[in-house]
Amino acid sequence: MKVGLFIPCYVDTLYPEVGIATYKLLRELKLDVEYPKRQTCCGQPMANGGFQRMSGDLVEKFDDIFKKYDYIVTPSVSCAAFVQFNHPQLHKHKCSTPEKTMELVQFLHDVLKVKELPGNFEHIVSVHNSCHGVRELRLSSPSEEHIPRYNKIIDLLKLKKGITVKEPERSDECCGFGGMFAIEEPGVSSRMGDDKVKRHIATGAEFITGPDSSCLMHMQGVAHKKKYNIQFMHVAEILAAGI
Amino acid sequence: MATSHSKKAAAFLSDPDKVTRHDQTFWGIREKRDIQAAMLPEWEDLREHASEIKEHTLTHLADYLEEFSKNLESNGVIVHWAKDAQEFNEIAYSILENNKVKKLVKSKSMLTEECEMNDYLIEKGIDVVETDLGERILQLMKLKPSHIVVPAAHITRDEVGSMFEKEGISKEIGNHDPTYLTQCARYNLREEFIEAEAGLTGCNFGVAATGDCVVCTNEGNADMCTAIPKLHIVAMGIDKVIPNYDSLAVFQRLLCRCGTGQPTSSFTSHFRKARPDGEMHVILVDNGRSDIIANPLHWKTAKCIRCGACMNTCPVYRRSMGYSYSYFIPGPIGVNLGMLRNPKKHSGNVSACSLCLSCDHVCPTKVAPGSQIYFWRQELEKFGTENKEKKYMSAAMKKLYGNYTVYDIATQYAHFANYIPQKMMDIKQNTWSEGHDMPHFPKKPFHKIYRQMMKEMEKEEKRK
Repeated sequence: MKVGLFIPCYVDTLYPEVGIATYKLLRELKLDVEYPKRQTCCGQPMANGGFQRMSGDLVEKFDDIFKKYDYIVTPSVSCAAFVQFNHPQLHKHKCSTPEKTMELVQFLHDVLKVKELPGNFEHIVSVHNSCHGVRELRLSSPSEEHIPRYNKIIDLLKLKKGITVKEPERSDECCGFGGMFAIEEPGVSSRMGDDKVKRHIATGAEFITGPDSSCLMHMQGVAHKKKYNIQFMHVAEILAAGI
Repeated sequence: MATSHSKKAAAFLSDPDKVTRHDQTFWGIREKRDIQAAMLPEWEDLREHASEIKEHTLTHLADYLEEFSKNLESNGVIVHWAKDAQEFNEIAYSILENNKVKKLVKSKSMLTEECEMNDYLIEKGIDVVETDLGERILQLMKLKPSHIVVPAAHITRDEVGSMFEKEGISKEIGNHDPTYLTQCARYNLREEFIEAEAGLTGCNFGVAATGDCVVCTNEGNADMCTAIPKLHIVAMGIDKVIPNYDSLAVFQRLLCRCGTGQPTSSFTSHFRKARPDGEMHVILVDNGRSDIIANPLHWKTAKCIRCGACMNTCPVYRRSMGYSYSYFIPGPIGVNLGMLRNPKKHSGNVSACSLCLSCDHVCPTKVAPGSQIYFWRQELEKFGTENKEKKYMSAAMKKLYGNYTVYDIATQYAHFANYIPQKMMDIKQNTWSEGHDMPHFPKKPFHKIYRQMMKEMEKEEKRK
C-alpha cells in the first residue's frame, strides 16, 4: 500500500510538528509513505469564502500530484472533507483522488483498523470534534442525529497508555473558525471560540486536542488573547507520542 | 470586510450577558429537541420520509393544490389565489371590507409578516390585534419578530412587565412574574376576542385529501380567533399543502419535536368549514414560492416547514440574534429565503455561517440550509455583492498556492511575521486580531524539514 502524505498549506507553514507526527506515525505502522513534492493547498479557503471558481487549478494540481497513490492521508478534517465532497464537482474529468483521500483518524480507524499503539500520554485531554469531521467525515456520531453513539477520535486516543479523555459540554458545537468566516464575522467567531475554549477548560483538561489544526489555531488565538491556561495539541501528535 | 450581518451582530455582542442568555435559551430548545428525537427509534426514517413527501408534493404541487381547493369549496369554503403580497393584502382587505369588519384578531402567521399585512390593514382603518403572546408583546412594543416560532424570546420579562404597566395591561407595579403577566395578557386579549368581527389564522398544513387547514399553537389563541368571530380567514403559502392524513402524521410528529422540543403542540386544530352562519375564506399565496420550486440549485428550500430548529441550533444565530439579519426570517433558513426573495438586498446575511452544518442535521425535511449557503456564496459575484476584500484575498491565495516557487519562498520567510509587534497587528483592517493573538510561525515549514529528514535518512542508509 503506497500512501501519499498531504500536508495542507497552513499545516505546512504553521504546524510542521503535526506533519512530522503524522509521518512518524504512518512509518511506525509500517506503511510505505511519501510526501510528494510541490503540493500546496486543496482549494478550500477560497471556496468556503465564495470563490470556488478560483480553486479549479489547485484541484487539478492536487489530482496530478496524488493520483499515483493508493491512499492520500492528511491530518486535517476540513481539507479531507473538501477533497472528498467538493473536488468531484470541481474536476473537469473523472478523478480517483476524492475517494482515495482520507483524514488521518479515518484512515487509522477504518482502513488500518489500528487496535494498539505504542507510547504513553499521561495527560487529561479534551477532544475537539471539528464540524467537518463530525458532519461530513462522520468521525463521531453527530449530536443532532438519533443514531448509535460513537467517536473514532476517542477510540484511537484511548489506545495511548495513561491518557484520560474528556469531551466538553455541547460536544460538537462549532468553535467558530470557519475559514474566512473568522475575519468576516470577527465578533461572532471570537465569541464562539471563547465559549468553546471555556467548555474545554471546564473538563479539567490540560490539552485541547482535535483532528484539525485550523480549529485549534483559532481557539489557541482566542485562548492566548484571553490568557487562558490551556495547551493545544493535534491528535496526530498525541498518537505519535513516544514513537 | 464587514457585512450587514456582522455589523449588526457586533452591536448585539457588545452586551456579553445578553448574548449568554440568548444563546442558552435557544440551546435549551435544541437540547429539548434532542431529547424528543432520542425517544423515537424511527427518528431518522421520519426525517427521510418527511423529506420525500415534501419532494413529491412540490413536484406535483398543481395537482395537490387543485385537490385541496376542490375539497375546500365542496365544504363551502371560499378559496382565493394571490400571486404576490399586494394581491394577498388586497384580498384580505376586501373580505374584511365586505363584512364591515373593524377589528381583526389574528393568530401567529409568518406569511402575514412576509406580506406586511398588518401595516396595510391598519392603514385602511382596520384594528389588527395579534393574539399570540409573543406577537402581542412585539406589536405593543412596535417591534418585529426575532425568531419564527418564539418571536419575542429576545425580550426579558422585566421589559415585558414595564411595558404592560405602561399600557395598563398589568396593575401590580413591579410584578414581573411570567405567570402573572401572562394572566394579565389573557384578560386583556379576552376583550379583543369578544369585540372582533373576524379572525385570521395561518396554516401549518393544508391536507389536500380532506381540505383541512391544520393550525398548531401552544396558546389556543387560534381557536379563540375562530371560536368567537364568525368570519375566519386562513392565510397560507402554497407550499403548505400536503397530500393526506398519513403525511400529516409524519409532519405533526416532527414539527413540535424539532421546533420547541414538545411531543406535539398543545392545540392542533383542523379547520374544514365555516361555523353555522359564518364564512370561511382561504387565501393561497404564491409570492415567489413557485420561483423557489423552479430554482434548480435552491428548490430544496421550499421543503421547509418553518419549525425553527435550524435557528435554535445555529451557533451564529444564537450569538447574534434575529435582528442582525436583514430578512424578516433569520438564521440559516432565513439566509436562504432572503436570497431567494431579493439577493442584492440580502447578500449581507450570507456571511452569517461558519459552515458547521448542524442545521442540515436537525432539519426535519432535510432542506440542508447550511450546504445551500455554501452555494449562495459562490453566486454572490453574479449579483455583484461579493465581498471585495475576500475576493482579493482569494485571488492572492490562488496565486500563492498556484505557484510553487512563490509558495516555497513565502513559507521560508513567513516566520519573520513573528517579529511584528502585536500592537501593529491590532489594526482595524486585521479583524483576526479583534479576538485572537496572531499565530506563531515556526522557523521552517514542514516541507523543508521533510527534505532534511529524507537527506539524513539517505546518508544513514549509505553509511550502513
